[in-house]
Amino acid sequence: MLNIIAGTLSSPLVIAPNSYESIATTTLSTTTATITFSSIPSTYTHLQLRIFAKTDRALNRDTINLTFNGTSGGTAYSRHGLYGDGSTVGAEGSQSQPSIFILRASGNSSATNIFGGIIVDILDYTNTNKYKTVRSLGGVDTNGAGEITFYSGSYQATTSISSMTLSPVNGTNFLQYSSFALYGIKGA
Amino acid sequence: MAAGSTYTPIATTTLGSAQASVTFSSISGSYTDLIIVTNTGVASGGGGSIYVQVGNGSVDTGSNYSYTYLQGDGSTAESGRSSNLTAARTMRTTGTTVVANGSLHLMNYSNTTTYKTMLSRGNVASGLVIALVNLWRSTSAINVITMTDESGRNFVTGSTFTLYGIAAA
Repeated sequence: MLNIIAGTLSSPLVIAPNSYESIATTTLSTTTATITFSSIPSTYTHLQLRIFAKTDRALNRDTINLTFNGTSGGTAYSRHGLYGDGSTVGAEGSQSQPSIFILRASGNSSATNIFGGIIVDILDYTNTNKYKTVRSLGGVDTNGAGEITFYSGSYQATTSISSMTLSPVNGTNFLQYSSFALYGIKGA
Repeated sequence: MAAGSTYTPIATTTLGSAQASVTFSSISGSYTDLIIVTNTGVASGGGGSIYVQVGNGSVDTGSNYSYTYLQGDGSTAESGRSSNLTAARTMRTTGTTVVANGSLHLMNYSNTTTYKTMLSRGNVASGLVIALVNLWRSTSAINVITMTDESGRNFVTGSTFTLYGIAAA
């Protein structure tokens, strides 16, 4: 079989055998405010981040900040999103932001065992001629409420991405059992 | 440091004749996430969702599933949700030939601490696109998955269902 048509959820990627590798994973044994992947190898074409997370926000869902190369607090990012909460469809966007948003983690008013899922693609992350584009699909359902989202983001820098940091937008910490897994996808 | 390649094909079912359900069983717990990619049609045409039931040893038919969705049909965007269902509502199927594709991600499917969150997308070029998040309220590891059409129609000959596993470092 030459290629496996993987149809990755947020991106219909064609995954060739042996082209998708696990780089690093963090699964929390205690509450943690930020997650950082550093010294990311530059040997892949794209990165994929698979998140299963819950924060201490006192509502049933939260948003996650994503920043690269230690660049935060400035205006290097923009984002746009589309979401549905079970009754309403909404869209939002912002330029010159201090982070990219990815959604949704669950919050701490949902049942203890409920975690949100997010799949994030970081495209052409080592290319030094382009700004970097991120796309994500994620959601949380709590058997009574929920939200499913598509988001895109831009990191307006031509530098290669070698590290990334995640933190809750509204909550303070990610909770125990939250998991963050980083994968690399090779080009042909 | 990379831990080696993953995104491993576990099983593929290509229907040689029409049938009402497809089951993947005895799924190894050695991966972190599971992904199912479908390309399907159903016997009487018309749109519908693929219902998914999961479990450990046997599928859970209790009212332990819920979903929230977002879809667009070319003119209207809408969102809806439902709770306490007997199956997860996931990808779309449609048509009497194989014209609908979808993908379903079962996150942290083998952990025994959390409920299971599933993300899915369905694509019907002639009809709509949809994204869904499902919750299965159980801390059991998933090792069996059954897929059916929401109206009980047969999946048509040539429909494909492929199961992949992704293992984190």
